[in-house]
Amino acid sequence: MTDAALPTAQPSLRQTVEARLKRRHAEELRFRFYGRAAIIVALLFLAVLVGRIVAQGYTTFVDYQLSLPVYVDPARVQVDDLSGANYDLLIADQTLARLGEKDDELGTQSGKLMELISTDLGFQVLEKVKADHSLIGKTITITGPVRADGQLYYKGQMKRTTDESERKLDNQQLAWLDRLKAKGLVKGGFNFGFLTKSDSTEPEQAGVLGAIVGSAMMLLVTASLAIPVGVLAATYLEEFAPKGRWSDLIEVNINNLAAVPSIVYGLLGLAVFINWLGVPRSSPLVGGLVMALMALPTVIIATRSALKAVPPSIREAALGVGASRTQTVFHHVLPLAMPGVMTGAILSLAHALGETAPLLMIGMISFVPGVPQGFTGAATVLPVQVFIWENASERAFEERTAAAILVLLTFMIIMNMAAILLRRRFERRW
Amino acid sequence: MLTWVALLALVLFSGTTYVAARRKVSAAAGGSPRNMHSLPGYYGAYVALWAGAPAALLVLLAAMFGGRLEDALLRVQPPAAVAQLTPAEQQVFFDDVRATAHNLQASETSYEGPMQAALQAKTAQARQLEALIAYGSVAAAAVLALSGVFLALRRIRPDFRARNKVEGWVAGLFIVCSVTAILTTVGIVGSLVWESLRFFHAVPLQDFLLGREWDPQIAMRSDQYASKGAFGAVPLFAGTFLIMIIAMIVAAPIGLFSAIYLSEYAGGLSRAVVKPLLEILAGVPTVVYGFFAALTVGPIFRSGFHALGEALAGGPLNSLALYLMSVQNQMALVAGAVMGIMLIPFVSSLSDDIINSVPQALRDGSLAMGATRSETVKKVVLPAALPGIMAAMLLAVSRAVGETMIVTMAAGLQAKMTINPLDTVTTVTVQIVTLLTGDQEFDSPKTLAAFGLGLTLFVVTFLLNIIALRIVQKYREQYD
Repeated sequence: MTDAALPTAQPSLRQTVEARLKRRHAEELRFRFYGRAAIIVALLFLAVLVGRIVAQGYTTFVDYQLSLPVYVDPARVQVDDLSGANYDLLIADQTLARLGEKDDELGTQSGKLMELISTDLGFQVLEKVKADHSLIGKTITITGPVRADGQLYYKGQMKRTTDESERKLDNQQLAWLDRLKAKGLVKGGFNFGFLTKSDSTEPEQAGVLGAIVGSAMMLLVTASLAIPVGVLAATYLEEFAPKGRWSDLIEVNINNLAAVPSIVYGLLGLAVFINWLGVPRSSPLVGGLVMALMALPTVIIATRSALKAVPPSIREAALGVGASRTQTVFHHVLPLAMPGVMTGAILSLAHALGETAPLLMIGMISFVPGVPQGFTGAATVLPVQVFIWENASERAFEERTAAAILVLLTFMIIMNMAAILLRRRFERRW
Repeated sequence: MLTWVALLALVLFSGTTYVAARRKVSAAAGGSPRNMHSLPGYYGAYVALWAGAPAALLVLLAAMFGGRLEDALLRVQPPAAVAQLTPAEQQVFFDDVRATAHNLQASETSYEGPMQAALQAKTAQARQLEALIAYGSVAAAAVLALSGVFLALRRIRPDFRARNKVEGWVAGLFIVCSVTAILTTVGIVGSLVWESLRFFHAVPLQDFLLGREWDPQIAMRSDQYASKGAFGAVPLFAGTFLIMIIAMIVAAPIGLFSAIYLSEYAGGLSRAVVKPLLEILAGVPTVVYGFFAALTVGPIFRSGFHALGEALAGGPLNSLALYLMSVQNQMALVAGAVMGIMLIPFVSSLSDDIINSVPQALRDGSLAMGATRSETVKKVVLPAALPGIMAAMLLAVSRAVGETMIVTMAAGLQAKMTINPLDTVTTVTVQIVTLLTGDQEFDSPKTLAAFGLGLTLFVVTFLLNIIALRIVQKYREQYD
């Protein structure tokens, strides 16, 4: 019995082991596949996110400009009441004549044409005539954008095949647009206006310059507060403070501050800076103050780890030749830690550049046409501009929102690249 | 303007005193630093600090609080005609005084008779006070700077311990900077608690924490603001929780598995490519995720569910089909899923750190016993890293609860108690933004409710963070 059992038992153990091994290897492959799939999914999300925003936004950078000779009719423009004349109607009537159409008595035709021409052209005529009264009675050529809906048609986002009742422009208006283009009055080109103009209620006149300047001013305030204060605080905690209960408390406190939701900083800014200290609402100053408080823990943590990386031998050498502790830190330790400090500082500023929620609390959401007037004037910043445009109902703001995101991402990538380069260039291993 | 000029003048002045002090002490020491206690620069710095720092502080304080001081002084002894107005009308009057004094747009209130006289008198007084405060502070700063220099210059001699004195100033600066971090916490807690107390004065705490109806619009009418139920925050907590759960269902497995792959399997090259790409995903501003959720994911999900609903319509699941055809862009699923994408790199990089800090000896031991890599990960590495990974997940939960922009742009405003991910829900952060971005007075319970919600949010995230940081710390000590 035992003799018979042994030979059969031997191969069966081998078989079970081999079968189990097969299963274990299959399990191994499956596990590896899960890991790979997770990474692929994560990267796919990134690709879809960026790809979708580029696809939505790139059309903003193409712009259709209308160049029109306008006869400043003395019968309609009086010298003593320049602002009283209807320049939009003046332009529309003459364009209508150029297209060989006639306005009816109710003015529906010219009204329909005005829906195609940006009010910017009318303002340009007014500005020119205001500057030089002798232009009345003469013909001047002005160039300005086609109205947003017309732009959408030229870019192919509004199609003729769509039912007439479902699009904003009717067949006649589309035919006019085609003829204006055929006559060479409309030319497409790079949209410089998007980068040189500020927010506007008219999509075709809206740009991001005001938001870029606002962001830059806010970051200037943030950097000039958070970096010195953060670096000094970190230096004190790392190099001078006696280790004990207090420094532990501060350490826990700083780690916690780094994880406090950003919106809470907005509430702090509203209660303390605006209502208590009376800093003007929606100004780059108050935004920069709130962002500085948010960036402070990050700067402190980055500086502390940079200081920790400087070997003690440097300190001992400096102290050994008679430097005081303050001299040791300022002449030797801090300069050696500087690349790490700056990397951390730039990354925290990049984070501040993209932060939106706390700024909504302190009133930065208001509509600000033009570039901010000083640090206490009203301003908006890039991410908030994105938020404002995303809320706008007009279809033409959608592509501008995506384009503003592209501008924002470009700045963030530049800052991150700077941080990486700095780290690569100056990093030292001891 | 005057402030900037004064500050510039102070900088120039203290620069001059720096040079003067250096010269003086060098001359006294016979031109040789060997006879001095400190390096010559420290004598200069000592005098320059006394010349510049107190005066600059005074000028800055005057610039910060001058307006408030002026306001307070104006209100002392108001004219009889103003004194009989209600506090709100007085506020308008004094706002108009300030506006007129600064040649700004005043309110449209028309003032007649004694009121107009009062306005003119107070405007003139406001202009006087402003000039007095501005020039007075600059004059006081000048006196301070000059006397500081006078006293400091008298003290410096070659044997004066200038370096120690200057380092005393530096130490003071160090402590002021370190205290800022604590002051921020005190400021957050103080402002949240203070405003919340005022809110809980109007709405009892248990109504807020246990009430099941959230409708702050009702509270717009002043006679109704304390009515029970309008400020019950439970639906907001439920919505926040639902979105957080969806986000974690997306982020936890993807983040954890990519961390495992990156730390246990990936070679140097793919690590070098994948890590920066994940960092980009982590650096994308949340407003961008919000835009993506609202205009891309939302419509796609909705049309997907509509198509599914149309396919099912008429069949045995007709009621489900009708429901699917009625879902809106702002469903909890969209906000939760996109928030999950945002959290992937966060979970992944935290878990990566944790897994990497498991000692290599544990892995080597397991592999040497014949375990496959996946068995090593599952049976050895993950159990060892478990507390740390739990902490990472808690931190991710804390981020999800406090995240604002995605939910503001992609979740709705309807406060509903539901666990259906296709429903529209609202969250604590959305309501804070909604309550504070309209135009309303600061003292209305509607605005104060935002601080009540903020305090709740702060307490919850604070507890999550404390627990998580504690666990991570304990865990690190275990292997160090």
